[in-house]
Amino acid sequence: MALSFQDIILALHAFWSDRGCVILQPYDVEVGAGTLHPATVLRALGPKPWRAAYVQPSRRPADGRHGENPNRLRHFHQYQVILKPNPDNMQQLYLDSLQAIGIDPKLHDIRFVEDDWENPTVGAWGLGWEVWCDGMEISQYTYFQQVGGLDVSPVAGELTYGLERLALYVQGVDNVFDLAFNDPQSPDFKTYGDVFLENERQFSAFEQEVADTDMLIRQFHDMEAMVPRLLAAKGRRGQPLVLPAFDHVLKASHLFNLLDARGAIAVAERQSYIGRIRDLCRECAVAWVKLEEAGA
Amino acid sequence: MPELLLELFSEEIPARMQAGAARDLERLVAVELARAELAYDSVSTFAGPRRLTLVVEGLPARQADRAEELKGPRVGAPEQALAGFLRKTGLGQEALVDRDGVWFATIARAGRHTAEVIAEIVPAVVRAFPWPKSMTWGSGTLRWVRPLHRILCLFDGDVVPFDVDGIGAADLTEGHRFMSNAAPIRVTGFEDYRTALLARFVVLDVEERKRRILEGARAACSARGLTLVDDPGLLDEVAGMVEWPVPLIGDMDPAFLALPPEVVRTSMRAHQRYFAVAGEDGRLAPHFVVVANLEAADGGALIAAGAARVLSARLKDAQFFWEEDLAKPLESRLETLKGVTFHAKLGTMFQRVGRIEVLAGIIATMIEASPEKTVEAARLAKADLTTAMVGEFPELQGVMGGYYAAAQGADPGVAAAIRDHYRPQGPSEPVPTAPLSVAVALADKMDSILAFFSIGEAPTGSRDPYALRRAALGVIRIVLENGLTLSLNQVIGSSQFDGEGVAAFFADRLKVQLRDRGARHDLVDAILALGDDDILRIAKRVEILSEFLDGEDGGNLLAAYRRAGNILAAEARKGPLPEAMLRRPKGPAEELALYEAVMSFQPVVWSALEQDDYAVALAALAGLRAPVDAFFEAVLVNSPVAAERANRLALLNAVREVMGLTADFARISG
Repeated sequence: MALSFQDIILALHAFWSDRGCVILQPYDVEVGAGTLHPATVLRALGPKPWRAAYVQPSRRPADGRHGENPNRLRHFHQYQVILKPNPDNMQQLYLDSLQAIGIDPKLHDIRFVEDDWENPTVGAWGLGWEVWCDGMEISQYTYFQQVGGLDVSPVAGELTYGLERLALYVQGVDNVFDLAFNDPQSPDFKTYGDVFLENERQFSAFEQEVADTDMLIRQFHDMEAMVPRLLAAKGRRGQPLVLPAFDHVLKASHLFNLLDARGAIAVAERQSYIGRIRDLCRECAVAWVKLEEAGA
Repeated sequence: MPELLLELFSEEIPARMQAGAARDLERLVAVELARAELAYDSVSTFAGPRRLTLVVEGLPARQADRAEELKGPRVGAPEQALAGFLRKTGLGQEALVDRDGVWFATIARAGRHTAEVIAEIVPAVVRAFPWPKSMTWGSGTLRWVRPLHRILCLFDGDVVPFDVDGIGAADLTEGHRFMSNAAPIRVTGFEDYRTALLARFVVLDVEERKRRILEGARAACSARGLTLVDDPGLLDEVAGMVEWPVPLIGDMDPAFLALPPEVVRTSMRAHQRYFAVAGEDGRLAPHFVVVANLEAADGGALIAAGAARVLSARLKDAQFFWEEDLAKPLESRLETLKGVTFHAKLGTMFQRVGRIEVLAGIIATMIEASPEKTVEAARLAKADLTTAMVGEFPELQGVMGGYYAAAQGADPGVAAAIRDHYRPQGPSEPVPTAPLSVAVALADKMDSILAFFSIGEAPTGSRDPYALRRAALGVIRIVLENGLTLSLNQVIGSSQFDGEGVAAFFADRLKVQLRDRGARHDLVDAILALGDDDILRIAKRVEILSEFLDGEDGGNLLAAYRRAGNILAAEARKGPLPEAMLRRPKGPAEELALYEAVMSFQPVVWSALEQDDYAVALAALAGLRAPVDAFFEAVLVNSPVAAERANRLALLNAVREVMGLTADFARISG
């Protein structure tokens, strides 16, 4: 029987835990993608090996459809795996993980289709693929080459599974809100809609219609101003406060996304906002690598 | 003769890079073999999703021995110099030859084993491989398009020993990722390799993969009374994504066929790489062909069903976009174009539309299109840029605008003009022909050219980031293929930009275009030199002039023109030419006859040109030929009588001037 939404997550946790990953919890700051979790953006940098897996709820305010579109969500879940340095058999590990959630590559058409990933707001890019299962994109697979404008060495391999899409596929369902969230046999069976539909409705309205743009702009400036202050400040060991600084970058980035969803950012300003976030991110990345190399 | 087999086995290579990589591999290896003086019979390369393969047949087992002569010191040079030379060559003095007082040594260089040379060549080629984009992986420093896992390198059946960043050459490869087991395969040579791969579900040759896709897809279609819609570009791409192609037919809800066929096809092609399928009536059928990369145990039922579901989700999106876009009148989208930057220095798309509107209206009056409808079409031409559908499929710009306009009740001519105004986008795409479409298409392209020239973004060398050459070519083709009479300068002058350099740019493009169509470059120059700005007239005149010059009269007249020019030039070298008014000469008869001819033909040429009857003008010139020939035969230009000389020079000048009314003959060669 097909796995429920939560069983897919549990199966992936078990799979990657067995392969030596630390299983982390979602980061508790709003982000647009699992990549932005410091366990990926920051830990991909520097010389130390790192293997982690986690679910990251991701918010993309501009994609909100008030729960009326069966395929589009403003809040969805990515399953994120980061392996640094990427092992030689990473592709095989990935395929094995699909098998662990019930996708048999001898029955389905699994394809690695060119997709060069980049995220300009964090100055990151890499080469890899989107992975297709019978024509459906189910994952993003990337070998990070740069993050925060810095070369990634050793190279970190990143896997991002789109959990809702994967579940739609595994369960053979057409509407995301009809997904079985837990076991359909359970006495308290819940669909994805039971859990998240009302959230989609309320947040779509908030993000696209109600959010106060003047306030968002003010908050953006506040967050932006905090980053250099935190990087200049020192902890007990004399280290710059990179991790709190990076939190503020994430908050600025989310505020930008909200402003964007409200249509408050003119085309001409867009690049300037993205450039500002990228510069802040780069400063955090530089400080982080320095710290890592010093063995802090 | 020994064979070299090389396979570079990696993770999935982007389809679009495969053909280029095969060519590069062949070229780089060929260059290195030539440098090593290793001749061969043939070389071939193969590229696929996970491997680049090269096979060279007929290499020698080793390089030929070579004798190299080295020049040493003079005979009688100091001891140390000679000793140094002997050390360097490793020879005794008895082996040296004294030639004209200088020592020479002949050193035999034994040819090396070919395998040894290959062991140096391949790592160098791998390290310097020109991938459009490459990467590092793991802890290594080697760059490849995606992680490189194996190098198979056999010379004459034996492994060539070398190592690139820890990847040792071996005699191993792998079969299909899913259909064969993961155990590596040992191979002994190319034929063995090709057969072993085929047995493990890998078709090595891309042409063979394409053949299998086409045959399989056509057979599957015809079994259901359908036809595959050919798409060579998609076929190339799909053949680069599969090692074992298995075409399958999938179904879609016929309700989706209510969408414009371009939307359905683009959605299938761009997102899913599915082939479209037509029914017996030639229209899209509610099916598609997906090419799987494996034979599944269930015959592909799950794969086809999955593909259908994905397509259905895509088309549902498209349907949503279509309905959402339709709900908003195109006209009302103009406002949103204020938020779309055309170029940082050139303002918004809204401003651009304003300019195109004005220019299109003016062009409409020149080509007898309705100015009101032209302006309406121009105003709406870019409105689809902010529709959801064009946001999703940028390649449908124009096409969607046309559909939306038509659905919202626009005049069919206006809708067609919106649809066609980007055309022609390539040399093979037909040009628009309806007057409204022509006017908007011309205004769109002229505005791009004028705007970018005004900010110093004229194309230079191979740099043409805004595709202005393509735009100019489009203008030229639209004018020529529709037979339009249009003053380019008037169009340029109607724009708000100063147009500096634009006329010269067009002259240049016109030369290229007419030359591509077989016209003589010098004739285009000769016509352009008169400053004409009517593209159609220029092209016609080049053609007529070419015919004229091919005839006897034309050829001789050109010779006479040159002769007159040479005489004038020779006389000018002696001192300033007299500035005499041409008078009626008293004699001799040949001089008088030429004078009469010039005087009588000049007005004929004038009026013929005025009536744009170029052939008549040239025919009139032909009448000059006999008098000119007779004049040169009988009359000495350089008369000792100063007044006579001056008048004869003036007469020659007059001949040149009347000819020069039709073309600058000085620019004609041959």
